[in-house]
Amino acid sequence: MQRFIRTLAGAPLTAKLGLAIIALYLFTAVFAPLLAPYGERAIVGAQYLGPGPDHWLGTDNLGRDMLSRVIFGARNTVFIALIATMLAFLIGVVMGFTAAVSRGLVDQILSRVVDGIMSIPILIFGLLLLTVFGTSIPVLITVIAVLESTRVYRLARAVGMNIVVMDYVEAAYLRGEGTWWIMRHEILPNALSPLIAEFGLRFCFVFLFISALSFLGLGIQPPTADWGSMVRANASLISFGDPTPLIPAAAIAVLTVAVNFVVDWFLYNVSGLQE
Amino acid sequence: MGAILKLVAQRLALGLLILFAVSVFITFVVELLPGDTCQALMGQSATPDTLHACRQEMGLDRPAALRYYDWITGMLTGDMGRSLANKTPIAELLGERAANTFFLAGLAAAVTVPLAIILGMLAALFRNRGFDRGVNVVTLTFISFPEFFVAYLLIYLFAVKAGWFPGISNVSASDLGLWERIYRTILPALTLTLVVTAHMMRMTRAAIVNVLASPYIETAELKGLGRWRIIARHALPNALSPIVNVVAINLAWLIVGVVVVETVFVYPGLGQLLVESMSKRDMPVVQAGSMIFAAVYVLLNLVADILSIVTNPRLMHPR
Repeated sequence: MQRFIRTLAGAPLTAKLGLAIIALYLFTAVFAPLLAPYGERAIVGAQYLGPGPDHWLGTDNLGRDMLSRVIFGARNTVFIALIATMLAFLIGVVMGFTAAVSRGLVDQILSRVVDGIMSIPILIFGLLLLTVFGTSIPVLITVIAVLESTRVYRLARAVGMNIVVMDYVEAAYLRGEGTWWIMRHEILPNALSPLIAEFGLRFCFVFLFISALSFLGLGIQPPTADWGSMVRANASLISFGDPTPLIPAAAIAVLTVAVNFVVDWFLYNVSGLQE
Repeated sequence: MGAILKLVAQRLALGLLILFAVSVFITFVVELLPGDTCQALMGQSATPDTLHACRQEMGLDRPAALRYYDWITGMLTGDMGRSLANKTPIAELLGERAANTFFLAGLAAAVTVPLAIILGMLAALFRNRGFDRGVNVVTLTFISFPEFFVAYLLIYLFAVKAGWFPGISNVSASDLGLWERIYRTILPALTLTLVVTAHMMRMTRAAIVNVLASPYIETAELKGLGRWRIIARHALPNALSPIVNVVAINLAWLIVGVVVVETVFVYPGLGQLLVESMSKRDMPVVQAGSMIFAAVYVLLNLVADILSIVTNPRLMHPR
C-alpha cells in the first residue's frame, strides 16, 4: 500500500489528473440519482429552454433537464461500455490462452477466424449487425464484445505464447496440472500487466465505438440517457450558437483522455523503457 | 526477386479470399432478418399471392447460393439492384456519393500524410525532449476525442461563431467549381485530418524509434558517422517499410472514419447514405454500401501489406 502511494505521488501531472477524473466519473455514475436535480426521463419544461436557475444547462429537444441527463449518462454510457469491455476480455483472454496452450490446429482455426473478423472495418461490421439484429442493449453489448474480443485475443495469444515455453509451466504440466489450472494460475498472473494496460485502451475504443454507434442512431436508444444519442438529438442547437450539445460530447472526450493518460503512464512504468 | 513475388502473390490470394468471405457474410447476415425483401416492400398490403409473384419476379424463390452468385456478379458489373425506398438503381445512387466520399478522404489524406510523417519523424528524433512530450499529450488528446465532438467543435467555432466556413457541406450542385467545392469540404476534411494525423503520427514515431533502437544504428554512431548521414543512409531505408505500412493502414481507417463525419456535416457521401439506409432498413443499399466500405478497407490493408514487403530492404537483397 505504501509503495502504491509512493508510485502514485511520483506520477506525472497528466496521470494524476486522469485518475482524479476517472474517480469523479465513477462517483457521478454511482450516485447519479442523488446528484441529478430531476429524473432521467422526466419532462420538466418547454423544449430547448436556455440555461437558467431552474435548469443549469437548459432543457433538451423534449423538454427534459439537460444536466440530469448528462449525469445519468455517466451511469448508462460508462457502465454499458465497461460491461462490453469485460465481456470482450473474458472471450478474448480465454480464447487467446487456449490457442497459446493447445497450439496446432486449435490455434490455427481460432487465429484464422480472428484474422477474418479483423479484416472487416469494425464500425461497418457493427452497424450491419445492429441493423440486422436490432438495437437492444444486450445485443449491443454482445456485438461489441465479440468484435473487440478479436483484438484482445491477438494480445492474449501473443503474451501467452511467450509464457507457455517457460520452465515453470513445464513443471506444472509435469506435476499433472490441468490446462485450465495452468491458464488460471501460471499464465494469467504473468500476463497481467500487458492485459491491464490493454483493458484501459480497449475500454477507450469500446466507449468511443458505442458513442459513435449511438450518435449514428444504432446504439443506445432513447429514452435512456446516453451521451452519444444526446448529441445527435440536440445537435441542431449548435447552428443557433448554443454550445450545450457539446457538453455530452465533451463528457465522452474527457473520460477517454483521462483513461488514456493513465494507461500511458502505466505502460511507461511497466515497460521500464525510457521512450 | 522470386521470394518477393511469391510473398506478394500469397498476400493477393489471401486478400481475394477475405473479400470473398466478406461478401458471403454480408449477403447471408441479411437472411437472418425476419421476413424477406418482398415482405419489406409490401408491408401490410402483402397477400400470399402477391408475395409469391413478387418473390418469383425478384428471384427470391431460388436457392441462396444462386442468389449470392447473382448478387456478386451484379456488384462486379455495376448492376446492384434497386433501392427499396425509392426504386432508384443502387449503382446510380452510389456512384456520385462514392466520388464525393473519395474527394473528402483524398483532401484529408493530402494534408494528413505529409504532416503526420514530418511530425512523427521530428518527435522520434527529439524523443523525450519537450517537443516530443508536448506532441505526445496533444495527439493522445485528439485520439481520445470522438469524431463528432471534434466536428461539432469546429462547426461551433468556425461556422457559427466566426462564420468563416459553411457548417453544412452541400456539394451536391453539379456546377460547383473546384475551389468552391474545397471551401465547402474544408470543415469535414479538417475533422478527419485532426483525428487521423494523431494516429498516423504516433505510429510513425513508434516505427522510427524502433529502427533507431537497432544495433546497427548504434554501430553507425560508434563509427563516428554524422547524425544526418545515419538518418538518411541507415535509418530511413529500414524505416520506409513500416512508415508506408502505417500510411496505408491509416488511410483505410480514414475511409471508415468518414461515416460519422459525413453524418455530422450532412455531406452527401457513401457513409451518410449508408447510415440513412440503415435507419430506413433499406437492405439492398445497406448491403452494397457495406460491401464497398469493406472492399476499400481490405484493399488498402492489402496494399499496406504488399508495399511493406516490397519496400523492405532485407527482402530486396536476400542473402
